[in-house]
Amino acid sequence: MAFDIKNPGLATTVQDQGRTGHYNVGIPQSGSMDQYAAELGNALVGNTAKEAVLECTYMGPVLTTDQDAVIAVTGAPVELNVNGKPVPEWTRLQLKAGDELSFGVIRAGTRYYIAVQGGIDVPEVLGSRSTYSLGAIGGFNGRKLQAGDLVPVASPLYDGALPDADTVPEEFRPVFAKEQTVRIVLGLYDHRLTDEGLDNLLNSEWKVTPVADRMGLRYSGPGVKWKEREQPFGAGSDPSNIVDAGYAVGSIQIPGGTQPIILHRDAVSGGGYAMVGTVISADMDLLARAAPGTSTRFVAVSMDEALVARKELAELKRNARAALGASH
Amino acid sequence: MSSPEPAVSEARYTWGGDEFLFVEVSESMSLAANFRVMSIAEKLSAMELPGIVDICPANASLLVRFDPDGLPPSTLEDAVRTIEGDLAHHQQQALETRIIEVPVWYEDPFTAEVAERFREGFHQEPGGTDIDYAAKVNNLKDASEFIKRHHEQPWLVSMVGFVAGLPFLFQLVEREKQLEVPKYLSPRTDTPKLTVGHGGCFGCIYSVRGAGGYQMFGVAAAPIFDPAQFLADFKEFMVFFRPGDIVKFKPVTEAEYNAIQAEIAAGTFRYRQAPVTFDLSKALADPEGYNQELMEALNGI
Repeated sequence: MAFDIKNPGLATTVQDQGRTGHYNVGIPQSGSMDQYAAELGNALVGNTAKEAVLECTYMGPVLTTDQDAVIAVTGAPVELNVNGKPVPEWTRLQLKAGDELSFGVIRAGTRYYIAVQGGIDVPEVLGSRSTYSLGAIGGFNGRKLQAGDLVPVASPLYDGALPDADTVPEEFRPVFAKEQTVRIVLGLYDHRLTDEGLDNLLNSEWKVTPVADRMGLRYSGPGVKWKEREQPFGAGSDPSNIVDAGYAVGSIQIPGGTQPIILHRDAVSGGGYAMVGTVISADMDLLARAAPGTSTRFVAVSMDEALVARKELAELKRNARAALGASH
Repeated sequence: MSSPEPAVSEARYTWGGDEFLFVEVSESMSLAANFRVMSIAEKLSAMELPGIVDICPANASLLVRFDPDGLPPSTLEDAVRTIEGDLAHHQQQALETRIIEVPVWYEDPFTAEVAERFREGFHQEPGGTDIDYAAKVNNLKDASEFIKRHHEQPWLVSMVGFVAGLPFLFQLVEREKQLEVPKYLSPRTDTPKLTVGHGGCFGCIYSVRGAGGYQMFGVAAAPIFDPAQFLADFKEFMVFFRPGDIVKFKPVTEAEYNAIQAEIAAGTFRYRQAPVTFDLSKALADPEGYNQELMEALNGI
């Protein structure tokens, strides 16, 4: 079975949990930016967390299905329609062969996910179905969807067994707020910031600029200051430059000291800009929910606090799945 | 085998959130620092610690991604510190690697066309070419002398990354002879695929088309990233370069470049390459003499 893409939307790609193990040659993790939303979509339609979904950015696709299909849309709040009639988000939907799914205007956030029973069935590349557009690998022919694409869907898993509940309870749906607090672990090259620079980073409001995509998000704010120094050999002339090094996913770099950039799942794997801290793993999904114009405060936490937050997020996911009665 | 210890001081350990350990072997770039990074990466990889996700050696630092649910951060740090301590007392000197000849069309029309679109506000000398500027800032007579310096001595792949399969290259010459060129004042939004570039002390080959800030000198004639794995050199993996590879650039004419394109289209192109043992102490003691020895491995291939 397949989805027939009538209109691809702005940037619709196949994503899953991502590929690891090849960052050492510059192949990024990729995968759904909001893993939590994608995972609960998969749970609603009886998939495991591993199945591939369609990630929609701001404007979703118009698609039809050539066979009956069980789907769910999760993530950023958006109006969605089946054959032009509004249907709910975060809820399992039964499509009949020939039905058309379409979307209205996104109300907050940036991305939402279409999960389908069985999962999107593109070939795995290096262990993942996720699209890495710059390298043209994974996903549907290594690129975002285009009109006319026939996107294959796999057969249902577990004989089509579905969880008891058909909607994610309100308490397990994430908030898409205009203001975010993002927890970071300071480190990497934070010692190269002046005290004033560090103070600006942690005690200012930063706004997400329109320069935000799967590679990273750029923020505007008061800027920071770097300590002057004689630059080491090979590092480049600006005080924000270092000898090109590996970039942690979620790390914050501030080229020239002006606009912080947080790297996300399709990030470049390395480069010559000093990083001053890294968003904790539990808050990476939050970044995917921050629309341009929303504001962010960065709060420094310890490694131990980051590990506690990581456990709490895992627990939240377990509880959400349990509330659905999802068994896989 | 015993030889003088390379001048590498103690590394700096720091965390990239709860999933990344960053080990800065040196703030500045040197062959000895890169060799230390590669040695740590190799030994850490051989340990096969459960919970390690990615081991990414870079020019003078190492990034390790781990799963803290299976591998506590302190356990990982202890393991890397132990490896580093062992290497400080007994740095391994030899690296089993390969030397590869990479044909380059210097001063090609593709990079020239893109360079023309990014002059005013992007380049230090908008009225001239990237390669003339590079020659000037290195106090060389002209572009042809710069090209000669660029391809006469081989380069070490000191890091692979930025984008899929892009090699960072460090020329195997004394520091005084390193070619140093500032990056563009502001990054371009476009760079032709396979551009041979240079920023700071590093050369590179852009594996895919896209943004870039390095000066552009030419294009490599053959692919270095082949997701379709069409050519024989990519049969095992879609990325050609590995850290530790040694690259010898070979200038080619337009006619030779076109002949290589025909071989690529026919699927018959192979890189000229030969296995070599790279010895750090020899490379540090007499770079150019040792380079001659390394390059001889390509004779008759």
